[in-house]
Amino acid sequence: MLLRHTPKEISERKALTVNPAKTCQPIGAMYASLGIHGCLPHSHGSQGCYAYHRSTLTRHYKEPVLAATSSFTEGASVFGGQANLLQAINNIFTVYNPDVIAVHTTCLSETIGDDIPQIFGKAEADGKIPEGKYVLHANTPSYVGSHVTGFANMTKAMVEYFATGNGHREKCLNLIPGWVEPSDMKEIKRIATEMGVNSILFPDTENVLNGPQTGKFTMYPKGGVTVDQLKKTGSSRGTIGLGRLASEPAALALDAKFKVPCKILDLPIGLKATDRFVDAMRQMAGVTVPDSLNLERGQLLDIITDMQAYFYHKKVGLVGDPDQLEALTEFLIDIDMLPIHVLTGTRDKKFEKRIQELTADLPCEVNVKSGGDMMLFHQWVKNEPVDLLIGNTYVKYISRDEDIPFIRHGFPILDRIGHSYFPTVGYKGAMRLLEKILDALMDRQDRDSSEIEFELVM
Amino acid sequence: MTAMPDKKDEYDENAATWREIDPESVKTEILAKYPPKVARKRSKHFVVNKKKDEKSYEEIQANVRTIPGIISQRGCCYAGCKGVVMGPTRDIINLTHGPVGCGFYSWLTRRNQTDPSTTPDGDNFMTYCFTTDMQEREIVFGGEKKLRQAIQEAYDTFKPKMISVFSTCPVGLIGDDVHAVTREMQKKLGITIFGFSCEGYKGVSQSAGHHVANNGLFQHVIGKDDTVQEGEYKVNLLGEYNIGGDEFIIDELFEKCGIKIISTFSGNSSVDHFQNSHTADLNLIMCHRSINYVADMMEEKYGIPWMKINFLGANATSASLRKIAQYYGDQKLIDRVEEVIAEEMVAVEKAQADVRSRLEGKLAMMFVGGSRAHHYQELFNEMGMQTIAAGYEFAHRDDYEGRNVLPTIKVDADSRNIEELEVKKDPERYNPRIPEDELAAGVRNGIELKAYDGMMADMEENVTYAIDDISQYETEKMIEIYKPDIFCAGIKEKYMVQKHGMPMKQLHSYDSGGPYAAYKGAINFYCEIDRMINSKVWKHIRAPWEENPQLAAMYANE
Repeated sequence: MLLRHTPKEISERKALTVNPAKTCQPIGAMYASLGIHGCLPHSHGSQGCYAYHRSTLTRHYKEPVLAATSSFTEGASVFGGQANLLQAINNIFTVYNPDVIAVHTTCLSETIGDDIPQIFGKAEADGKIPEGKYVLHANTPSYVGSHVTGFANMTKAMVEYFATGNGHREKCLNLIPGWVEPSDMKEIKRIATEMGVNSILFPDTENVLNGPQTGKFTMYPKGGVTVDQLKKTGSSRGTIGLGRLASEPAALALDAKFKVPCKILDLPIGLKATDRFVDAMRQMAGVTVPDSLNLERGQLLDIITDMQAYFYHKKVGLVGDPDQLEALTEFLIDIDMLPIHVLTGTRDKKFEKRIQELTADLPCEVNVKSGGDMMLFHQWVKNEPVDLLIGNTYVKYISRDEDIPFIRHGFPILDRIGHSYFPTVGYKGAMRLLEKILDALMDRQDRDSSEIEFELVM
Repeated sequence: MTAMPDKKDEYDENAATWREIDPESVKTEILAKYPPKVARKRSKHFVVNKKKDEKSYEEIQANVRTIPGIISQRGCCYAGCKGVVMGPTRDIINLTHGPVGCGFYSWLTRRNQTDPSTTPDGDNFMTYCFTTDMQEREIVFGGEKKLRQAIQEAYDTFKPKMISVFSTCPVGLIGDDVHAVTREMQKKLGITIFGFSCEGYKGVSQSAGHHVANNGLFQHVIGKDDTVQEGEYKVNLLGEYNIGGDEFIIDELFEKCGIKIISTFSGNSSVDHFQNSHTADLNLIMCHRSINYVADMMEEKYGIPWMKINFLGANATSASLRKIAQYYGDQKLIDRVEEVIAEEMVAVEKAQADVRSRLEGKLAMMFVGGSRAHHYQELFNEMGMQTIAAGYEFAHRDDYEGRNVLPTIKVDADSRNIEELEVKKDPERYNPRIPEDELAAGVRNGIELKAYDGMMADMEENVTYAIDDISQYETEKMIEIYKPDIFCAGIKEKYMVQKHGMPMKQLHSYDSGGPYAAYKGAINFYCEIDRMINSKVWKHIRAPWEENPQLAAMYANE
C-alpha cells in the first residue's frame, strides 16, 4: 500500500495539510502569462519557486516552459528586491528579447512588500524598457488562495495593463477561457468560429504549450493573445468569463473600466454548461446556432442514450479545482452518475453551496469540501467506496491502493499525455470525457468478469 | 566563426570537425550578447578546460549568486535540504512550514526509490506531502502556533518516530522560531523533532540546503544507536539517492563482494540506519557536493575516514571496488572483488562492443546539479563518445578543480550565513578506524583518503568547456554551434533541447529509466543512449514535401 498510513477513521485537522489538493498562486500566473504572445513570465522572488513552477508545467505539458526570476539572495530579502528586478528586466530584454515581460510575485517578495509598479517606473525612467516593449505585473502571494487565484490575478492584470476603450462597441466578444488546457482554448475558439462570432480569447496557450516538433526551437511560439488584441478588449461588445474563480476578476475589470457587459458562466464542460455557453454567445453576438454544433450536440446525446446503462448510478469521487469540479459534477449528474465525494483544496465559499445545490436530489449522501486535502478525500473513499475516481495524477496512489478505476482530469497530469491535444470542453470534449469514463469502467468490467460472463459485445 | 555542418546527414563528420572550432572564440561570441557587466561575470564561469600548471586547472568561478533574469536552471536552499537530502528518508515525517507550493512541488517529484520492507516497522511517508499551508493570517500574526498544532496532528495521526520541519522563504522573514517550537514539541511528545533553517533565499542555490541538511542530520540523528552490527567490511554510502534504483544495485554488488552497507545517505534510507551509521568503518562518497560535510564531521567526531568513489561507469565501478578492497588490504576481499569484476565485465564488454559500433565518436554535453556532470562522462567514454561541455548548477570550485583548491576558496557574503558546525572528538566514541598518522596523512595502503580531483581533471584539455550555472541562452548557443548528438540535463531543459531536433537525456530523473549505477546500470545506460540517439524519430522531423519541394512545383505548372 502506497498510502498505508492513511487511517480510515477521520479526525479533524486544523493545522496540518496532508497531500494538498491545490498548489500556490505563481504557477497559475506563469501559466496565464504563457498565454500572451511573445511573453516571458518573470517570477519576482527567490529562484526556487520558478524552478518548481517551470518543472511542474513542463512535466504536465512535455513542452519547454521558459520564465525568468529575480533570484533573491538573503540580502535582497532584507533590503528589498528592486535592484534584482531592475537587473532582470535589463538582462531579459537584452538577451531574450520578449515583447512582454509578465511579472508575478512569490510569498517572499509579498512578505517584504516590494512595490512592483514603482520598480517598473524606475525601469522606465532608466530607459530599461525598450520602445514597443511591455511589462505587466500581478501580485500573487502564495499564502492567499491557490494556483487558480494566481491565474485569475494575472488574467485580470492583462486587462488592467492593456485594455483600452475606443468609445465604440466592436462586433467582437471577449472570451476568457479560465484555467483549461491549450486544447480546450482551441475548442472554445472553434465553437465561436463555428457560430460566426468574432472573438478575442485571453489568455490563450494554444500553440504555446502544445507546439509541434519542427527541429527548430523557438523561444516564443506562434500562439498567445497579442498585446494589440488585449488592447481591443475594452471595445468589445461583451465578455464571457468561463469559470467563476479563474475568469470573473478579469471580466469584472473590463466591465468596471470600460462598461463591457459580462456574463460569468461555468466552464463549458458537459452538456448543459456547453449549452449555456453557446446560448450566451448566441444572444450576446446576435447569431444563430449553426447545424454543425447541433450535430455535435446530437452526437453527444446519442452516446449518452446508447451507453446509459454503464453510467446509471455509478458512484464517482472527484478532486480538483472549483471551476472544473462544478461543471463536471453537473455533467455527471446529467448522465445519471452519482458524484458523492467532491473536494477542492482551493478555499471558496460559494463552491460548497453550489455543489450541494447540484447534488441536492441525489439518492445518497454527498461529501463536499472546499479547502480540504487529498488525505481527507482518500478517507471519504475508504469509508464510502466509489466506482470511479476523477482527479489529477496524484489520485493514482489512491486508485491503486483502493483498486478503483481512475481517469485523469485537471492539473497537474504528470504521467499521461492527451490533455494538451484533445479538449474536454464543448460537445466534442464531452464526448471525449464520456469515452474516457466508459473506457475506465468497461476495462474494469472486462478485468473483473468471470470467463463465463466475459462479453465480446458491450 | 564556423559552426558545425548541418546535422541532417552529416553525423559522422561531426566527430572530426568539432575539434577545429576555436573554443576561445566561441566563448567570446557567446558572451558578446550580454550587457558588459554580465559578460564580465559570466566570463569567469565559462571556462575552456586547460591546465594552469602540473597540479591545477584553469580557475572557474562557482557558488556565487545567480544573475537576475538570466534564466538559470538553479533551485533553492529548501530544494537542496528537503527535496534532495532529507526527502529520500522514508520513515521520517518531513513537514514543510510555509505556503502550500514548496511542499507540493517537492512531493514525489524526485525518483528516490525506497523499499520499506528493509526496516522492521515498514514505515514509508515518502508518498505523502505534509505542509502547514500558511495563510495570510500566519504571515501577519506568525505561524508558530499553527506549526505547533501541525506537529501535534502529525504525531496523533501517524505516530512517526521522527519529525523534521523545513522553513520556507516567509518563515525567516516573519521571524517564526522553528527551532524553539520543535524543541518544545520534542519535549512534549518524546520523539525526535527538529527544524531546518532552509529558507529558499539562503545561499545561492540548492547547495546551501545540502549543507543545512548535513548539519541537521549530524546534530539530531547520526550517532543515536550504538549497536554494532555484524559484518567484516562495514561502510556507509554517502551522497547516493537511489534515483531509479541505483542504490539497490550498488547494495547488491556490495553484498556479492562481502561488503556491508550500514547506512546510505540518503537513498532507500531509514532513520534507524542513520542513527547507527557512526558504527561503520569507512564512508564512501558518491556525490561529493551534497554530503562531504557529513563525511568530514563524522571523521572529526568518530574517526571514520572517507574516500571518494564512483559507481557510474563500469570502469569506474571496478576502480572503486578495487580502491575499497585495497583500503582494507585484506587479500580475501581483494580476491573476491576481482572475481566479481571478472564475472560482471563479461556482459558489460559485450554490450559495449554492440553499442560502440553505433555511437563511437558521437558528442555529448551535460549540465547537471553538482555531481553527475562529472560521473556520467565515464559512461559516455565507455561507449566511445566524447563530452565537449559539462557543468554544474550549483557545485563549488572543489567539485570542478579538485579539493586541493579548498584553502583558496573564499566564502562570499551570500553564503556566509550558512552555519559551519564546530565538531570535536567524541570523548567516548571517537575511535580511529586506521592509525592516527594515516588518518592525518590521508593515505591508507596507498589509497588517498579525503581526496577528490574534480571534474576538470577528467576532461580533455583545450577543446572542452566547464560551464558553471549555464544560462538558457548559453545552452542554446552551445547547441547551435556544436550540434551535439545528445544533451544531458534536467526536465526544464528537456523539451527545449528536443525541439532542436536532438535527443535529450535527463540525468536527474533518468526519464523514468535506470538504474544506471554499477555494471547492470552501465548496460542499461548504453542501451538507453543507443536507443535515444538512433531512434527513427529524428529522421521523421522533415516532412517529405520539405525534402522535395520541386515536386509540388511540377504539379502546379501542369
